[in-house]
Amino acid sequence: MLLSARQLSCIRQDRVLFEQLDLQLHAGEVLQIAGKNGAGKSSLLRILAGLAEPEDGEIFYQQQALSQSADDYADNLCFIGHLAGVQPQLTALENLQFWRACFGLKPADDWALLATLGLAGLEDIPCQQLSAGQQRRVSLARLWLTSAQVWILDEPFTALDQSAIAALTRRIASHCDAGGAVLLTSHQPVQVPGHSVRELTLEYRW
Amino acid sequence: MSHVAVFRATFQRELKLLARQKADWVNPLLFFIIILTLFPLGVGAKPNLLREIAPGVIWIAALLSVLLGAERQFRQDYRDGVLEQLVAARSPLLGYSLAKIAAGWLGSGLPLILVSPLLALFLGLSTEALTAVVLTLLLGTPLLSLLSALGAALTLSADKGGILLALIILPLYIPLLIFASAAVEQASFGLNYQAQLAVLAAMLCVALALVPLAVQKALKLNVG
Repeated sequence: MLLSARQLSCIRQDRVLFEQLDLQLHAGEVLQIAGKNGAGKSSLLRILAGLAEPEDGEIFYQQQALSQSADDYADNLCFIGHLAGVQPQLTALENLQFWRACFGLKPADDWALLATLGLAGLEDIPCQQLSAGQQRRVSLARLWLTSAQVWILDEPFTALDQSAIAALTRRIASHCDAGGAVLLTSHQPVQVPGHSVRELTLEYRW
Repeated sequence: MSHVAVFRATFQRELKLLARQKADWVNPLLFFIIILTLFPLGVGAKPNLLREIAPGVIWIAALLSVLLGAERQFRQDYRDGVLEQLVAARSPLLGYSLAKIAAGWLGSGLPLILVSPLLALFLGLSTEALTAVVLTLLLGTPLLSLLSALGAALTLSADKGGILLALIILPLYIPLLIFASAAVEQASFGLNYQAQLAVLAAMLCVALALVPLAVQKALKLNVG
């Protein structure tokens, strides 16, 4: 078991988003968090990524409480939130270069990678001139470079076209084959070739 | 993921951004120039009065022009989610903060130092006073950049953080303003102003040691 959470609860603006939530993520598994807008999916992902503190409950990485394994966990985590993390005045290549230094990504041929993501010819124009879907692809390029085991992705399919969605699900499948695990939110049903996707639905609560 | 690697990557990135977003460093510079050229016009043909108030005027102009761009320092990285990802990956934010502060100084402090000799002429400053202006700016503008970065980091998640930012950092600017303009004043009387410079240098050293740590912590708090 890579990641688990016990009895998590989260309160935002006096509203209980979820309480006593248990969650387990095993190696080689894809877990989709589903639920209505405002049900607390992003809040849950932020808590699991260590960005926010839960009101109550605990998170364990490889059976160890997060308070003890935080550094270890962070080294093995790739978090891409609903904000893309792309600096709009910089080009795709420059963004990748910055991430490489900050996130310890693998050295690779960035040009080839961007080409496989359908961004050939767009490598060196500022990202603000790219479409929303293309910016998303730039941000998701990190997934091809990271060696992190746990991926936490908030709405990774937003703004992507069919071919990009196919490329991303293939990448998720190969990540799971290699013993990784993915936690993602999506409003569409997610199909990952060769893997079943477990679903966890958060009820919208008043 | 060492501090040095992150510092280098962030610094290079910020230099590219300074080259691309020229308004970021041209605006504060223009603001500084405008204030200092308007003063002689507003005060009128009273060279003695102008010479007397020059130290304070130059320093107030420098202070306000650094404040002008302060709010934007971390704003974009916060809005784009860059900071969020850095915090989630527990990247060394100290290297990131230091690089941001250093690049911020290159954009908002260094240009002021470079144009200050020219502007001091408008205010009728003597050569000794002019030297003092450049020296105090050399020691003082990095301190301004450090403090404004602290304010920017603290008010990051405030929606309209501009006024809050000014309220937080203006009191911290005041000792700097007092010692820096005192140094220039002493110099214009031909007196020794090493004591004031020493105080400025001491303030800079303390800030350099402590502020990046505080900035790092404030960034983490605001993102989490």
